[in-house]
Amino acid sequence: MKFGVLVFPGSNCDDDMVYTLGQVLQQPVEKVWHKNTSLKGIDFVIVPGGFSYGDYLRSGAIAQFSPIMAEVVKHAKQGGYVLGICNGFQILTEAGLLEGVLLKNDHQKYVCKNIYLKAQTKKTLLTQALSLKKSYKIPIAHGDGRYYADKDTLKKLNDKDQVLFRYCDEAGKITKAANPNGSLENIAGITNKARNVFGMMPHPERAANALLGNTDGKLILDSLLTVMA
Amino acid sequence: MKFTVEIDVMPLKEILDPQGKAVKLGLGHLGIENVQEVRIGRHITMTMQAKDEKEARATVEKACEKLLSNVIMETYTYTIKEQKTVGRK
Repeated sequence: MKFGVLVFPGSNCDDDMVYTLGQVLQQPVEKVWHKNTSLKGIDFVIVPGGFSYGDYLRSGAIAQFSPIMAEVVKHAKQGGYVLGICNGFQILTEAGLLEGVLLKNDHQKYVCKNIYLKAQTKKTLLTQALSLKKSYKIPIAHGDGRYYADKDTLKKLNDKDQVLFRYCDEAGKITKAANPNGSLENIAGITNKARNVFGMMPHPERAANALLGNTDGKLILDSLLTVMA
Repeated sequence: MKFTVEIDVMPLKEILDPQGKAVKLGLGHLGIENVQEVRIGRHITMTMQAKDEKEARATVEKACEKLLSNVIMETYTYTIKEQKTVGRK
């Protein structure tokens, strides 16, 4: 299984992701420039964090029309795996591959810190190897991370078990105080109906190396390999 | 035909607008206390060519629906005017 990490003008977590997948997880991985029109042999597409197109207009809005995105949409519709992290999550919602939208944080500030996450389902590739009881310490770094969807969409996400992660405290309690950006129902990550497209605001790729003092992110990314290996 | 388009994109009423809230706070610090609500959106002007107004409107609506606004969180309104070049240098 080969990973492809998209690179838009303004992406800045592409190197972290390539390093983590290639060096830490020992998987074949390559970068894919946004002007490419083919995903040649790539099985798993990663849309990394950053500030694609300077976050102009809305985060992720302009990137959705980069040439490679038509291929990503096609790949996803055929059941191919796609994971968007942070700005990548914003791009996937703008492109209509994931429902809802990421609004400006309720406190209006950019927030960069470790938070805790609780997996909400084991029925996706990204979360199948995770414990539903543990709280995972993962960094976030965003200004527009407040997940929002209308009532019907939110109900559907809950009913169909499409919420992947919620923000929680260290003890694993999902509380208002543990919500770093005002996201609806503490939602930090979701999947689509077909369960092959994933989006999350926290950065597991920044917490996958013991030298950095935190490897909870590796546990999440390892989940991808449990079946794929 | 050449048209001037003025587009306003605003956050939906039911969505919290933290930028507007922060500005309202600033107005208070300025001594302006009688403002009840501030909401902040985006104003976009475009000039464009189209064979008639109908075609121009269709283009503007596509641009608004697909890129200039996100209908999950925003609404848009626009005005469209034909640019009269006659009599101008």
